[in-house]
Amino acid sequence: MELALTIITGFMVIGAIYAIHAKDLLSAVIACGIVGYGLVICFLLLKAPDLAIVQIVVDTMSLIIMVTVVLNTSREEPYYGLDSRGRTLAVAALALIIALLYYFVISTGHLDAFGESHLRMSEAYMNGAAEKTGSANLVTGVVFDFRGYDTLGEATVLVTAVLGVIAILRLKGKK
Amino acid sequence: MIPYWMCFALFLVGLYGVITRRNLVKIAISLSIMEVSTFLFFALMGYIEGGKFPIVDPAEPGQLYVDPLPQALVLTAIVIGLATTSLLMAVIIRIYRKYKTFDIREIRNLRG
Repeated sequence: MELALTIITGFMVIGAIYAIHAKDLLSAVIACGIVGYGLVICFLLLKAPDLAIVQIVVDTMSLIIMVTVVLNTSREEPYYGLDSRGRTLAVAALALIIALLYYFVISTGHLDAFGESHLRMSEAYMNGAAEKTGSANLVTGVVFDFRGYDTLGEATVLVTAVLGVIAILRLKGKK
Repeated sequence: MIPYWMCFALFLVGLYGVITRRNLVKIAISLSIMEVSTFLFFALMGYIEGGKFPIVDPAEPGQLYVDPLPQALVLTAIVIGLATTSLLMAVIIRIYRKYKTFDIREIRNLRG
């Protein structure tokens, strides 16, 4: 179980590294798809079928959007030599990564070991949730009943994003 | 502990991409990689070894289920992630139409 998860997350990391170094933007977008679809398999291994269903739809849609953008604009990324500014940014990024690594090592002491998570507040949600909400699926019970207002807010965000996309794409640019 | 480390490595790759890349599409891709790593982290936190899918079966009471709460939170976040990506892509395509380039430094120079 842990081994399978490690292999798939390893593929995801390789895909991510390829995505940010690819010369062709189309292959970068496809490599980004490796990360998304790898996440679907991880969700299935982690016993989260609802998340897998949602992620496979969302990832396909975002892949289509990205491919459309890349095909309608320019595909190739010219090679930029490593000038002084690029080098400064790379050093800054590495420094930030080392700092974050330090805090991650500290915080792993406070995490539950993998596969031995303790139920804290979710016990209150789970006790008799099927009878309270009338839904056999505990995840939908939480999303649509206990946290219903949160879901309403999410729908509002989605509508706002759609309105934003329409507003941006209909705008006539100044010549 | 190894899945947590891989998940963190994914986050760091995305962070490195956001800071060092000059291409707008690459920056959007790096952001979505960081998003994916946080979703994976939440799903990992809720996993219980030997737990079942969080779907209640009345025939077997007392069954151990994986934690449904992180899953419910991630379900919301995934959809918001799609909204963010599509809005970002709309902005990027407008920028390309105006400046004919994806390079953020060139765009800054063109603005003067």
